[in-house]
Amino acid sequence: MLINEFLILGAVLFCIGVYGVIVRKNAVLVLMSIELILNSVNINLMAFSLRRGDVAGQTFALYVIAVAAAEVGIGLALVLLIYRNRRSIALDELSQMKG
Amino acid sequence: MFAQEAEAGASVAAGWFLEHAWLIPLIPSVAFAVIIFFGKKIGKPVANGAYIGIASMFASFVLAAGTAYQWIQRVGDAGEGVEVEPVIRKFTWWSSGGLKFGLGEHIDGLAVVLLLLVAFISTLVQIYSLEYVRGDRRYTHFFAALTLFSSGMLTMVLAENTVQLILGWEIMGLCSFMLIGHWWEEEPNALAALKAFFTVRVGDVGLLVGVATIFFGANSWAQENLHESGFSIRAIHLWVASGTGSHSVLLWGSVALFIACIGKSGQFPLHTWLPDAMAGPTPVSSLLHSSTMVVAGVFLVARLYPVFHTGLAINVAGHHFNLIAVIGGITILIAAGLAFVQNDIKKVLAYSTVSQLGYMMMGLGVGAWTPAVFHIFTHAFFKCCLFLCAGSVSHTASHHSFDMKKDMGGIARKMPVTFVAWIVSTAALCGVPFITSGFFSKDEIIDSAKHNDYKVFFVVGLVGAFMTTAYMTRATYLTFFGKPRGGAAHFMHADDHSHGEVHADEHAMAGVHAGVAMADADGPTVDAHAVGALGHGDAHAGSHSDDHGDDHGGGYHAPALPFAPSDSPWPITVPLIILGFLAVVAGYLNAGIFHIEKFHEWVHSSIGVELPEGPAATIIAALPSTLMVAAGFIVSLFVCKAVFGEAPSPLKGLTKRVKPLGWFHNFLVNKYYLDHLYEKVIVKGLVGPIAAGAYWINQNVIDGIVNGAGKSGRRTGEFVYKYIDQGLVDGIVNGSGAVSQSAGGALQPAQSGKVNQYGALLFAAAAVAGLVLVIVNS
Repeated sequence: MLINEFLILGAVLFCIGVYGVIVRKNAVLVLMSIELILNSVNINLMAFSLRRGDVAGQTFALYVIAVAAAEVGIGLALVLLIYRNRRSIALDELSQMKG
Repeated sequence: MFAQEAEAGASVAAGWFLEHAWLIPLIPSVAFAVIIFFGKKIGKPVANGAYIGIASMFASFVLAAGTAYQWIQRVGDAGEGVEVEPVIRKFTWWSSGGLKFGLGEHIDGLAVVLLLLVAFISTLVQIYSLEYVRGDRRYTHFFAALTLFSSGMLTMVLAENTVQLILGWEIMGLCSFMLIGHWWEEEPNALAALKAFFTVRVGDVGLLVGVATIFFGANSWAQENLHESGFSIRAIHLWVASGTGSHSVLLWGSVALFIACIGKSGQFPLHTWLPDAMAGPTPVSSLLHSSTMVVAGVFLVARLYPVFHTGLAINVAGHHFNLIAVIGGITILIAAGLAFVQNDIKKVLAYSTVSQLGYMMMGLGVGAWTPAVFHIFTHAFFKCCLFLCAGSVSHTASHHSFDMKKDMGGIARKMPVTFVAWIVSTAALCGVPFITSGFFSKDEIIDSAKHNDYKVFFVVGLVGAFMTTAYMTRATYLTFFGKPRGGAAHFMHADDHSHGEVHADEHAMAGVHAGVAMADADGPTVDAHAVGALGHGDAHAGSHSDDHGDDHGGGYHAPALPFAPSDSPWPITVPLIILGFLAVVAGYLNAGIFHIEKFHEWVHSSIGVELPEGPAATIIAALPSTLMVAAGFIVSLFVCKAVFGEAPSPLKGLTKRVKPLGWFHNFLVNKYYLDHLYEKVIVKGLVGPIAAGAYWINQNVIDGIVNGAGKSGRRTGEFVYKYIDQGLVDGIVNGSGAVSQSAGGALQPAQSGKVNQYGALLFAAAAVAGLVLVIVNS
């Protein structure tokens, strides 16, 4: 089984995603990075599902995909509204949440 | 759905039709589902779902005919003097607490007769409805309900146990509500439907109580000896026959069951719903009054005859008699009296049904089981035919009015088929001797009353025969003879123009009456008008559009018949011809005078108890009722001629001139004030005190409790506020507030407002947590 390779791929994708979330200033790129993180999780789920011969993991992955789609939809809507209000989507300029 | 637990109850192998008789109610109930879900999509646009209903009823009829054929064979095979075992099959429907509730079939002579009858009449009535309700706004639903109605009756007739009997009984109750209130937009119709439902419901309580009582009486005996539950009809029969049951159980069980029969079969004093049920479309009335619904009560008595025969036998002052006969006898006279003062042709027929049901009950009461069941059989044909005739007249001739005085008269020659069918069935209803079916059944009941020492009821039966003939003569005279009035005059108007002056008179009258009839006609009339299947409509409007065109309101869209006026179209006349034919012929199945006793041979094994031998039918025994029929006809004819005819007569306006007669007339018109008694006295009397009592309880008891609770609540509240709330709780809240404020101050720098930083913190925390997990697990 290529289980190790799958897991390594997942880990690499996850790291790239985390890096993107932390470093990037463009909101759209942050959303894309989050997608990467979610998909790396999916790969892990599929890998374990394959090894155990159990469809539960695959089912769960399907749920994750559906939730991810919803998340992107809302995220992009937020980004669009922020752009309309401020003419910019640079995240470092957004600090209204400072408490 | 059913556990596969079929067991053939009969020792002799029964034929295919007998084994599969349970299909007979199943086919229409499946058809009901099909019509209600897909009816509007099938058979567009003429007959939405109607053909499915007709086809299913016809299939049931074919199966029932097969069943009847094999049953007759079975009786023949069994030979003389042998009790023919019923064919019993059942499936477990559901079980609860070790009790199994079955669905199944109990096929014996009685069930076969009713199955055949119900399936046959339903088929004809559905064909008739095809034309009668054409274009109705709830055409599909009408056929769906009609089909379910028949299926309910078939389920009940076939019932293997009393639970299944209740099932069919209630299905019928529901469907009668739906069908009587078919045109519910008019308030009287909706009220009539409610009245029918509630009145029958009063009786239905008795059914539940009775079934439960009999069950507890019979169950242990049945389990021990037959391995059956106390619901099984066969077990109940054998239990009563074994004589082990206590008389008080039988008495109370049969009283409760009989209350149900009184409600369903419109016996005195719960007969008031039946005439109001005329608010439904005519085919419904016809079906309801001939073979389904009202017959259910009589059928129940016939089915559980041993229970009633033993339970309701009462001994007063040395005379043994059966309570059923008393109720039946009262009903005969009361209903027949009311039939004289009705102007609505359907209401005359309705009271006539009530009266005939009284005959059946009386027959069962006096021990004439076979004649009573035979009367169910023959009555179904001629009563169905009479209703359909009334519908035909109203549909074609009288502008959808049922008022004999306002909108009918003189149409005998223009509607020959309807007229002949009416006359034949009327003759059968009156019991014209030696020819008609009504004679062979009704006269047998009257004879048996005399033979079995019920002298009073013999007289009641004879008086009933006299009254029946008299009111039917009146109805026939008003409907078919004399001068055309109102709608009928309008109908006759398109006739050849040779009448001269008379014609002009009629014309003027028609103009006035057609308008009046439309304005104050009953609900169904107005609706049905829009249906507009009156054949003469176009021809008429063409020639007299100046004064009549507006009356129609553009309602007549049906094409004009080639000539007008004429009889109704074929879907109406064909059932009339068939039923009229049977109204005569059906009687020869059990014509005592001609020594034919086939019917008795086929059904007598269903009785379940030993009954005294019936009287030998002779021409002399038939003489009293013959004289009564003749007297009723002659007297009524003369009175009708005098009262309703054209010549001046001292009898006209008699009820207005002679006070006591007027009072009596009023008493009849107000239906013995029974409706007043129920609505004003019983309902108000019950509802008023109950409402007052409830108000008192509300004010004093419940309010007292609430007020007391409120006061003590307030005291508790004050105490809690002072010590617990202010002291303890506030202390805790203020303390925690102070703590979180200082903690918040310390953590404030972490809230930078920058998303990336939050993300970094999140992942850092996740990484730490992951690390901890790895360390802990390894």
